[in-house]
Amino acid sequence: MAWAASNAAKTVAATANRPLIVLRGIAKRYSNGTTAVTGLDLDLHAGEFVSLLGPSGCGKSTVLRMIAGLGEPSAGSIDWPTSDHDAHGRPLRDVGFVFQEATLMPWATAQQNVMLPLTLKKVATREAAARAQAALAAVGLDSFRRAYPRELSGGMKMRVSIARALVTEPKVLLLDEPFAALDEITRQKLNDDLLALWAKAGFTVLFVTHSVFESVYLSQRVMVMAARPGRVIADVAIDAPLVRDASFRTSPHYAASCRAVSAKLVEAIAA
Amino acid sequence: MTDTLVPAPLRQAAPLADGTDAEARPVFAEQRRWLGLTATGWQKILAPIAIGLIVLALWEFIVRQAGIPYYILPGPLRIFTTLIADWGTLSGSLWITLQITGLALLAAVLVGGALSILFTQSKWLEYSLFPYAIVLQVTPIVAIAPLIIIWVNDTLLSLLICAWIVAFFPILSNTILGLNSADHNLINLFQLYGASRWQMLRYLRLPAALPYFLGGLRISGGLALIGAVVAEFVAGSGGTASGLAFRILEAGYQLKIPRMFAALAMVSGAGIVIFLVLSLISHLLLRRWHESAIRREN
Ligand SMILES: Nc1ncnc2c1ncn2[C@@H]1O[C@H](COP(=O)(O)OP(=O)(O)O)[C@@H](O)[C@H]1O
Ligand SMILES: [Mg+2]
Repeated sequence: MAWAASNAAKTVAATANRPLIVLRGIAKRYSNGTTAVTGLDLDLHAGEFVSLLGPSGCGKSTVLRMIAGLGEPSAGSIDWPTSDHDAHGRPLRDVGFVFQEATLMPWATAQQNVMLPLTLKKVATREAAARAQAALAAVGLDSFRRAYPRELSGGMKMRVSIARALVTEPKVLLLDEPFAALDEITRQKLNDDLLALWAKAGFTVLFVTHSVFESVYLSQRVMVMAARPGRVIADVAIDAPLVRDASFRTSPHYAASCRAVSAKLVEAIAA
Repeated sequence: MTDTLVPAPLRQAAPLADGTDAEARPVFAEQRRWLGLTATGWQKILAPIAIGLIVLALWEFIVRQAGIPYYILPGPLRIFTTLIADWGTLSGSLWITLQITGLALLAAVLVGGALSILFTQSKWLEYSLFPYAIVLQVTPIVAIAPLIIIWVNDTLLSLLICAWIVAFFPILSNTILGLNSADHNLINLFQLYGASRWQMLRYLRLPAALPYFLGGLRISGGLALIGAVVAEFVAGSGGTASGLAFRILEAGYQLKIPRMFAALAMVSGAGIVIFLVLSLISHLLLRRWHESAIRREN
């Protein structure tokens, strides 16, 4: 497929350049004394699809939130070498965030929910509406613009949430166990649609999950984290072709990758 | 012909090939309607009316059978005829009481709403002022009403202040609760997009607080009426313009017991109407999205 080739080329080109986000020696200590993360290094290159895999409570959400700027690290640095910075020298983070729950405003329609980031950035209403419609169309929810969240299924709510994260056309999409609450069939469908969106739009994805299979199926790299304190213990490349579909799930390569990542996860839990 | 065999929910276009999940949408089955109301709708209206009629009939029956004199306990028919006969005076008083209630409720909404927004913007304001709102709330109105009536020269205004004191607290405390109840992930999302305080208030906290505010409003509506009546009882005289409480007192002094009951019935009626109107407003504002206003089939 053409997009696959182009995105692969982009990734190769980008790796030669400076990474998009650089985390060095990140530690996070919460005010109650919990050390959620220590000594964490992570590079995220433009166009990559990276998963952050680890047992519950190992600090995945904490890392993701710090990258989004929701909470400062207690030590270490998060740099955006290729991004613009504001007057105070803070990077202008260009991220979309998808939470585990769809986190929609129940009083607003699907379209109004997707418009929110634009409304907050004071984009004119008409333009915001048009962009929100385009984003909804991209996730296959064209005809549900006027539906309220309660009228949508769990999978559809998650689609709205993804449309909202993508409506600003961010460089980076951060997803925190987005499909964990969905049933298996819906989850696989959303996995495929997310891959298709990523391939088409070429943003960078950091995907938090506790599912080995999901991380292997989706990503080019799986970073395995261990708990107490949270740290990265392995960085496994999944160098399968980028076109991934049901046939990939049954391929020997997939099975081998799952075994490799599972072994690392077992180490992570034992560590 | 064939499509009538398919249940209504299935006849809608399949929402989206979203896996099994797509079929898990809540199903809103069509119900038969009579004069715009469903069977359950009529049930809700007719059942309480039937109970009311039965109780009234029993009351009338007992009063007649036992030969209770009307100056001890009048029957509902006599109360009703008195209500018609004295409508001129009573309706004027009803209007006064309703005005005081309405204005007090309006003031409660404005002050309660404004204070709750201020309190959630500044913790210092909340810490320093909220205790006094509680003091105002827990002090019985009958105890402060005489003072207010002495301090404020205008009787109507003093009644208004009393009714307001009773009415504003539920709005204040409910709205504060609502403003603080916004989903924390949504708050994070707003922070992520650099929302200002004002944007956070306008697009997140105020809509999230609406159901709570409306819940407070329904309580306050009844309390404003109680406040207005109690204060007038304490004042003893409504001066030139007298409300229903004064009519009750007056009828009591003159031993016009049926008239006393008629005025009492009007107070209760006003209370019920206020509650229904506020419930309707609440329903209309929330029906599209809030659980409390959604009729579910499952
Ligand atoms: N706001 C917080 N305050 C205190 N401790 C927290 C907070 N958030 C998370 N933690 C703790 O930090 C650790 C990592 O949490 P989290 O990042 O949510 O893990 P994960 O997303 O991998 O499940 C856990 O032990 C958790 O209890
Ligand atoms: Mg988490």
